[in-house]
Amino acid sequence: MPQLEKTILEVQDLSIAYPITIGVVRAVEGVSFTLDDGEALGLVGESGCGKSTLGLSILKLHRPPGRVTGGKILYRGTDILSMSDRALLKMRGQNISMIFQNPLTSLNPLFTVEKHFLETIHFHDASMPRERARAAVGKMLETLGIEKKRLKEYPHQLSGGMRQRIMIGLALIMNPDIIIADEPTTSLDVIVEAGFTDLLMSLRSIYKLSIILITHNLGLVAEIADRIAVMYAGRLMEVATTEEIFAHPLHPYTQGLIACVPNILVDQKELVTMPGSPPDLVDRPAGCPFAPRCPQVIPICRQKTPALIQHAPSHSAACWLYRQKEG
Amino acid sequence: MVFVMLTLVFVVLRVMPGDPVSAMLGGHAPEKVIQQKKADLGLNKPIGMQYLDYMGKLAHLDLGESMIFKQKVSQPILEKLPATLELTFFGLLLSLGIGIPLGVFAARRRRSGRDYGARLYANVVYCIPVFWMGLLLQLVFGIFLGWFPIAGRTSPRVEVSAFSKTGFYIVDTLRIGNFAAFGDVMWHLVLPSVTLGIVLSGIFVRLTRANMLDVLKSDYILAARARGVPERRVVYNHGLRNALIPIVTMLGLQFALLLAGAILTESTFSWPGMGRLLLERIYLRDYPVIQGVIVVYTLFVSVISLVVDLLYAAIDPRVKY
Repeated sequence: MPQLEKTILEVQDLSIAYPITIGVVRAVEGVSFTLDDGEALGLVGESGCGKSTLGLSILKLHRPPGRVTGGKILYRGTDILSMSDRALLKMRGQNISMIFQNPLTSLNPLFTVEKHFLETIHFHDASMPRERARAAVGKMLETLGIEKKRLKEYPHQLSGGMRQRIMIGLALIMNPDIIIADEPTTSLDVIVEAGFTDLLMSLRSIYKLSIILITHNLGLVAEIADRIAVMYAGRLMEVATTEEIFAHPLHPYTQGLIACVPNILVDQKELVTMPGSPPDLVDRPAGCPFAPRCPQVIPICRQKTPALIQHAPSHSAACWLYRQKEG
Repeated sequence: MVFVMLTLVFVVLRVMPGDPVSAMLGGHAPEKVIQQKKADLGLNKPIGMQYLDYMGKLAHLDLGESMIFKQKVSQPILEKLPATLELTFFGLLLSLGIGIPLGVFAARRRRSGRDYGARLYANVVYCIPVFWMGLLLQLVFGIFLGWFPIAGRTSPRVEVSAFSKTGFYIVDTLRIGNFAAFGDVMWHLVLPSVTLGIVLSGIFVRLTRANMLDVLKSDYILAARARGVPERRVVYNHGLRNALIPIVTMLGLQFALLLAGAILTESTFSWPGMGRLLLERIYLRDYPVIQGVIVVYTLFVSVISLVVDLLYAAIDPRVKY
């Protein structure tokens, strides 16, 4: 039996930029992280912080005119960004899959559910006989808890939760190792969201999945993720295990994010908010991108960008506060 | 629609200067003869009465008789209709055949030189008057290069009466297996249908491009790519099929334009179709024939609209009747 590598995906110093008329939007800047086999990593951040771009780039599907300006994405040691088109097609869906924000629009309105499945199978394994493909689809539907008669229906005939489950089924039908879920519950109501979370957790153990969960929903990420990476203005601010992040957040941004989550146990008159808004990604100020909003800002924050430094075995943060304390 | 159109044409014809009698007899006929002829044709009655008479006959599907020639109105129309249908069919086929692939091509290479080229082509051909385009093609391919005939449906040496039965020469020649005549018919079709096809293709290029750009941005396209579906399949099967829905709508709306273009093409290429018949009879002020041709054209447009509506249901599972 071949030795299982611990790290299944490694992103090294990745930068992605969108050239636009008024300049260059640096959506992702020098991001590095690893994903272990079977691990669930939560990627948390505000809207527009580059987390979706990062997620798409792992499939090399970041929207044009976005361009990778540096770094590598290694899947089991192979750089995805330098793969041939043919290898990319094979990798997408078969090794790494993605589920998207909006299940209502992520299915082709002119295709039946079955056609979506059979098409996906066909392009990954053209030799599979139709009968076997159909059987595989049937089994998948059973796992998802969807009646078989739905196969002949079109997306507009299904409910939102059902479409989301179909999306997961499509992502898993080729049995990939990694699934990237980009805001998978944003457009679902709370009840359906709870069902979705349960489903994802059970599928995770059935299919031995590694998960990258992209979200701004801290509750969801706490429930699913083993580790959390906090992203702000295209950079990673803090990476730690879920317990660590919620128990001892190091970065002032992470602290702010957690403080913003309303707590029903405490009598709160007003919601806590973080003053200010994320910086313009075209004209980045020098220094830490969070410095203008940071309550604990110190002079060096405005001059130099802090690197992501490990402070404990499973806890890193990019903040001058801790750099200084440690000398 | 047919009714409104016909009423309009009926009134306009009679308000327009000139009438069949003066067209027939010229300006110097004695007054008495003119009055006599008018009475024969029923033109001395008030317009309202003429209108009621005409509509009454039409209700029995009788288009009446020509005022100039001793023939039923339906006779020249049935004779010329197949020629027009052949022309419009190939014109439409060509305009879609050029317009849709070029539109997809431009959308996939948005903002590249080739995209700008395709858009320039679309705007230019859309602006060119049909007859001028026809004249240019006649000059270049008919006269300078001598590749194609510039007038008529067949060469003089081809014996039309030998195969003509339905009036659709393509069908007729194929039916009796006369491939030489079939070739000749197709050869004559080239320039007129290319003229019509090119001029109309512009709008389909723009339409396809715009709709494809829209569709290619949608989530299900990204989702299909993320599943490892190859680009060609994504563009044509997921993208184009969805983009076709508004294109088909436009097709129905553009059909009237196609017929108008066909009238001009027919007169440019001496194509013996309904358009030429219409022009000829307008000069002669042959009221019933003009009205008859309009009835056929309007029916044609109405039927196409209906077909387009039915096509929706075939393309889009969300539409049900």
